[in-house]
Amino acid sequence: MNSQWEAVIGLEIHTQLATKSKIFSGAATAYGAEPNTQACAVDLGLPGVLPVLNKDAVRKAVTFGLAIDAEIAPQSVFARKNYFYPDLPKGYQISQFELPIVGNGHLDIEVDGETKRIGITRAHLEEDAGKSLHEDFHGLTGIDLNRAGTPLLEIVSEPDMRSAKEAVAYMRKLHELVRYLEICDGNMQEGSFRCDANVSVRPKGQKEFGTRAEIKNINSFKFVEKAINHEIERQIDLIEGGGRVVQETRLYDANKDETRSMRSKEEANDYRYFPDPDLLPVLIEQSLKDEIRATLPELPEAKKQRFLEQYALDLESATTLTSSRELADFYESVASLSGGAAKLAANWLTGDVLGALNKASLEISDSPVSAERLAGLLKRIADNTISGKTAKQVFDKLWNGSASADEIIEQDGLVQITDTGAIEAIVDKVIAANPVPVEQYRAGKDKALMALVGQVMKETQGKASPGEVNKMLIEKLKV
Amino acid sequence: MHNKTLTELAAGLRSKQFSSVELTQTFLQRIRQHQQLNAFITVSEETALQQAQAADAALSSSQGGVLTGIPIAQKDIFCTLGSKTSCGSKMLDNFIAPYDATVVANFNHAGAVMLGKLNMDEFAMGSSNETSFYGPVRNPWDTDCVPGGSSGGSAAAVAARLAPAVTGTDTGGSIRQPAALCGITGLKPTYGRVSRYGMIAYASSLDQGGPMTRSAEDAALLMQVMAGFDAKDSTSVEQPVPDYSASLNDSLQGLKIGLPKEFFTAELDSHIAAAIHAAVAEYQKLGAEVVEVSMPNLQLAIPAYYVIASAECSSNLSRYDGVRFGYRCQNPEDLSDLYTRSRGEAFGSEVKRRILMGTYALSAGYYDAYYLKAQQVRRLISDDFKRALADVDVLMGPVTPSTAFRIGEKTGDPIQMYLEDIYTIAINLAGLPAMSIPAGFVDGKPVGLQVIGNYFSEAKLLNIGHRYQQVTDWHQQVPKGFE
Repeated sequence: MNSQWEAVIGLEIHTQLATKSKIFSGAATAYGAEPNTQACAVDLGLPGVLPVLNKDAVRKAVTFGLAIDAEIAPQSVFARKNYFYPDLPKGYQISQFELPIVGNGHLDIEVDGETKRIGITRAHLEEDAGKSLHEDFHGLTGIDLNRAGTPLLEIVSEPDMRSAKEAVAYMRKLHELVRYLEICDGNMQEGSFRCDANVSVRPKGQKEFGTRAEIKNINSFKFVEKAINHEIERQIDLIEGGGRVVQETRLYDANKDETRSMRSKEEANDYRYFPDPDLLPVLIEQSLKDEIRATLPELPEAKKQRFLEQYALDLESATTLTSSRELADFYESVASLSGGAAKLAANWLTGDVLGALNKASLEISDSPVSAERLAGLLKRIADNTISGKTAKQVFDKLWNGSASADEIIEQDGLVQITDTGAIEAIVDKVIAANPVPVEQYRAGKDKALMALVGQVMKETQGKASPGEVNKMLIEKLKV
Repeated sequence: MHNKTLTELAAGLRSKQFSSVELTQTFLQRIRQHQQLNAFITVSEETALQQAQAADAALSSSQGGVLTGIPIAQKDIFCTLGSKTSCGSKMLDNFIAPYDATVVANFNHAGAVMLGKLNMDEFAMGSSNETSFYGPVRNPWDTDCVPGGSSGGSAAAVAARLAPAVTGTDTGGSIRQPAALCGITGLKPTYGRVSRYGMIAYASSLDQGGPMTRSAEDAALLMQVMAGFDAKDSTSVEQPVPDYSASLNDSLQGLKIGLPKEFFTAELDSHIAAAIHAAVAEYQKLGAEVVEVSMPNLQLAIPAYYVIASAECSSNLSRYDGVRFGYRCQNPEDLSDLYTRSRGEAFGSEVKRRILMGTYALSAGYYDAYYLKAQQVRRLISDDFKRALADVDVLMGPVTPSTAFRIGEKTGDPIQMYLEDIYTIAINLAGLPAMSIPAGFVDGKPVGLQVIGNYFSEAKLLNIGHRYQQVTDWHQQVPKGFE
């Protein structure tokens, strides 16, 4: 970014709450059903139907509020946001306007090793609309109302972010949090976690905000970064070229990597918000807050601190391992089942296991190697039954089969030779058979030792401990 | 048979004096015979006779309750599974409801027979039944006159003995005003007492369904079926339902009646005022005490109502967009054309007027001055009632400023039409229950007495109505030609 400009970014993130039924009806929320098969009379907005609030959606919103240390409104009110659109069945969306359920809170992010606190202005409950499908209908539009009435929590940040990188860090942190809390499945492809970004620029040092543009519906971390960076550049170019930014809504086109205008402020709807007379105010008692607070899981930050202390991990490992609740749980199982090989478990998980999962595009929950089977392997490394190198072969077999580490080690005869006498005999044999590297080593060429170690390992079929062999050779070759 | 009370009909069915099928046929025959009243939008002859047969079978094995086999009719605002539910509008002329309203389901469960769906002002917006897409309903007492509205078909059907009892809905007087103009008994329950699920919304914070019958005694039987908590309606109230018939004969000795002085002003027809005072005198004979009370904010009720009701209706009626159900214009050019013409062609002028008023009242820059102000006024009016009802048991007054007017007389002047509801609207704003009972005639046209009670005092109101009907016979008068 041009250094005399500063970007100001705020995000509105729509998280789909993982309730079984919709926010105001009993219809299922499952994704991917045949069009219009998960829309009941209430979702269709038929004459005479009435909304009834889903308690679980309220609990999930409160859970979120408590986790970001926010004020939970003792009384919040549903309002109607009125506008016409074919996939909005009632001609209004039930949302919260003046009195949202979650008030001021915050979330800490880390960027380039620095911690920054991002304010969260509010989070409110609302219903999702349906989907308009413009293809395959011969110039007409198809409407699928399965999604209509799905509960959303719209989380609105303060304009506290100053770069696309910060915005992404905030979005990732929020994504991690809602999944920790198990209030949202976080599936971005299915639209469970969507982002609108408000972006403006101002000369560095200026207090007032510039005019902002809102970029709608950006559904991946990568696109958020690209879209924001693109928008910042567009605005700077515009101002430097003598123009001025207009307040408008823009759409990000991932294919062209550009944003384009959707509607200006003048064209914006007057939503005519007013309290929904079909719904009573939502009253949250202290007792409900206490009850939910008592069931809150350990949050990512606290878990990371605990990992650092309890398992003596380095910061990077602790950060990686607490990036999702599933991974952290997996790690703790392995660490415990392996009999306390905490560091070894961290190395294996962040290294080989995550590497293999990434390569196969799998989540930790789908790992072919369970925590138990991995722990079985780590135990054998820890007690020196196999070498680290052999362990990698065993891991491959664990990944591709169903046998336990012990079965594989047994079947393939991979037990490390710990009988010093046996190794010594082989070492002596190798020294006798390889006079050239022996001479070179003695003449000060340290590298030659490696060739000898390799020979010993070859003779033992990798079952000797390379460290042990190394030590023994050095001892024997002392002049 | 058609002049019997519900209790008499129930007894007749049980003693096999007549069957439900015979009873149903009698009323179907009367509906056909008096088609010129235009009280019905749909007559469900076939399903009514099926229900009657089922009722007869139940009765012959000594099953069923008081309403089993009794024919009733529903205002066409209640969704009825598998049959047309038009709400008096061209917009829903083709709408077959895919579900039953809770009220309808309750009647079905009680074994009642539904004769058909009753005419009404379009989307319940009107005080004369002249805004109906299906044409005006005629008042059986004078067929050149309106029956009132919006439950005009309901009131005319009961007055003309086309149905022994029916349902209505009341947003600003839509049960009580037509009940008064047609000389029948109509009860608007406390807001939240009767489920609104499946009752097509006009103004959600004011709408309430209730019974329209020939007597308070009959109304008690209908209330027993209609009232109750419904999990499908978040605004329905979880409060036990009393036995409405049990207290009908309670003594009125010591009953404290308040007469709001604001009800008896120059706008009130002096003959109606005289009839109301005569009725109050009758209550004094029954042991009641009368005091004058004041409701200083009452004159603000009409403007506040037309802001709130219009605002809510502008949003409630947005779902009629030609996309999923109801009327759709021919060959729409694009989305905007689809919306504009579907709504433009299918809504009548009164509905459009209120949608526009409501849209205006909610618009940015006007919300505080109109909608918020109206809500503040609403609270003031509720407080007036609370204060008054702290000192007295009930309030009494007129239902309407004049008796039934001629068809076409007020259609050109919406303000005159809105003033029809001057005595009824405030009660909806406060959410209180109120009843209209026949209290005399002026020039051969019925006059209604309004009795307003505290929240959930329906049993008391019915008791007050019933005792009066034990000592008067206004409610037993039958319009000429409908005996």
